[in-house]
Amino acid sequence: MSKKPAILEWLDRRLPVTNAYEKHMSKYYAPINFNFWYVFGLLAMVVFINQLMTGIWLTMSYTPSAEEAFNSVEYIMRDVEMGWLIRYMHSTGASFFFLTVYLHMFRGVLYGSYQKPRELIWVFGMFVYLVMMAEGFMGYVLPWGQTSYWGAQVIISLFGAIPVIGDGLTEWIRGDFLLSGITLNRFFALHVIALPLVLALLVVLHVLALHEVGSNNPDGIDIKKHMDERGVPLDGVPFHPYFTVGKLPQVVLFLMVFCAVLFFMPEGGGYFLEHPNFEPANSLKTPEHIAPTWYYGAFYSILRAIDFPIFFINAKLGGFMAMAGAIAILFVLPWLDRSPVRSWRYKGWMSRTAIVMFAIAFVVLTYLGGQPVSFWNGVVAKIGTVIYFSFFLLMPFYTKWEKTKPVPERVPR
Amino acid sequence: MIKKILTLVCASWLATSAIAAGGEVHLDSMAPDMSNTTSLQEGLSTYMDYCAGCHSLGHARYNRVARDLEIPEDIFMDSIMFSQDAKFGDLMKFAMPVAQGKKWFGVAPPDLTMVTRVRGVDWVYTYLRSFYKDESRPYGVNNSVFKDVGMPHVMLGLQGLCSAKPSAQDGHTLDPLTGVATEHGACASQDIAGTLSTDEFDEVIYDLVNFLNYMGEPYQMDRKRIGWFVFAFLTVLLVLAALLKRELYKDIKH
Repeated sequence: MSKKPAILEWLDRRLPVTNAYEKHMSKYYAPINFNFWYVFGLLAMVVFINQLMTGIWLTMSYTPSAEEAFNSVEYIMRDVEMGWLIRYMHSTGASFFFLTVYLHMFRGVLYGSYQKPRELIWVFGMFVYLVMMAEGFMGYVLPWGQTSYWGAQVIISLFGAIPVIGDGLTEWIRGDFLLSGITLNRFFALHVIALPLVLALLVVLHVLALHEVGSNNPDGIDIKKHMDERGVPLDGVPFHPYFTVGKLPQVVLFLMVFCAVLFFMPEGGGYFLEHPNFEPANSLKTPEHIAPTWYYGAFYSILRAIDFPIFFINAKLGGFMAMAGAIAILFVLPWLDRSPVRSWRYKGWMSRTAIVMFAIAFVVLTYLGGQPVSFWNGVVAKIGTVIYFSFFLLMPFYTKWEKTKPVPERVPR
Repeated sequence: MIKKILTLVCASWLATSAIAAGGEVHLDSMAPDMSNTTSLQEGLSTYMDYCAGCHSLGHARYNRVARDLEIPEDIFMDSIMFSQDAKFGDLMKFAMPVAQGKKWFGVAPPDLTMVTRVRGVDWVYTYLRSFYKDESRPYGVNNSVFKDVGMPHVMLGLQGLCSAKPSAQDGHTLDPLTGVATEHGACASQDIAGTLSTDEFDEVIYDLVNFLNYMGEPYQMDRKRIGWFVFAFLTVLLVLAALLKRELYKDIKH
């Protein structure tokens, strides 16, 4: 190795620069059998940075008040130089943030990346997801259009289902007796300062925890079991440059998809930017069809699927509990899976079937979340909800009972 | 597996857009053309003559419209801007007090800057051509796309007035599944004749809606033009990234 430049030498004595670079980049070993599923964490990071950067510039021209919010967004779109580009990057980014994170999470499910010793990575990741949901929701309120207003109305009123404290809680969230400029202002504060800070911190924790134990891989093999004499895993390659540069083509491909939406269909067919949101918020005019943004669709479907009382629990509270439970159960996933193997490649047919059915149920529920209530939609949503919960609740049993295949010692070549 | 998910996603996407486009009334479709400046100018002129009395374009500015539609400032100031107080850089707000609007029409006439983004071009195109005579309404007209709308038929002089709600059954085919007309019903008999023929009137409305579509997203052309440049750049970057990766991975025995 060549001699360090003087400045680096100086820095290293005061700050662990080289140390950190080696720990997280050049001497962090990524398994060589990473496949395409392993790019989504990186892509989510790319989108997160996009959101932060475009968000800063949007804030420069946005006015957080009930009177001016809507106008200021159109001002950005029309009068601010390239304002439309920044705004579309941000709005498209929101959807792509969820898309990449969903695929990233599903990768974890496929290959058992949440299993011991990576439970904490999963839990931090889940907190990232939870904060993202709040962040996305509050961000959608800011343009103060019809969907913003009525969407917020519906979501906030959900908390009213909680017994005793429900009404007080909704009032506390809104800061007013009804959804108003006060709510808009506090959502603005949370959306641009509080939640992004928490999000950034959680992402750091997520990555730190990952780098402590090392990455999983599609075979679920522990690559640290077989090291060479220098302590380098035989089936690993340095994260930088092999992962960073190696994933560059995929990143560019992703940007192409992103830009296709951004430049040629920024409304995403009414899913990324909903049509009623081009009309200013009007508390006296309820839109015909209020649906949450697509990325909450699955949980909204689960909420609506419980339209019957369960013992002493009324339907509204039952729906709220089901929805909250659907999110909460994801947190304990690492302790539900009792399989001796990680990857679905070596799990038995029961696990494989369960994963496929879970994926289909999630996509269908997401779709139904944007649809109006009808008899058949209700039936399908109920079936989807049952599959969703069965996947988790039965996991301790089917992962334990089923016969698994032997996992190879080394990455198969 | 991946294919399965993708197919499902695509299928659900298509299904929803089909439903969203449906609704109860069949809408005639129109294809906006932002590059047709003459059409946009005609549309602006119609807008100022027939719509601007009540409906603002409150998010757009005069000078931007003049620039985009290639209308010289002096001509624009003389023939398009009818407000004496307005400046060239002002927002196109045409004052009608909300209270007055409510008194006259039951509802304040909405701002139309983004009407095509809320309703879609097809809806606006069909709506403006669908007034018919209905004595039970305050202004004696109703609309087959927007039932009991507060707006009078301001272009009656041009289109004339259809004597009754155009029925889909009048020589038009119905969709066997939904019973919805597959074509928007034409007027069977005119109560008042207009100065324009149906085709001429359709063209006036086409230009008007084309202009409103421009209004909703004036930077549409820029957006697409820049989009192609970005794609060209990304394509080059993709090739370079792929070559770089190949070079790098030569060292690894896989």
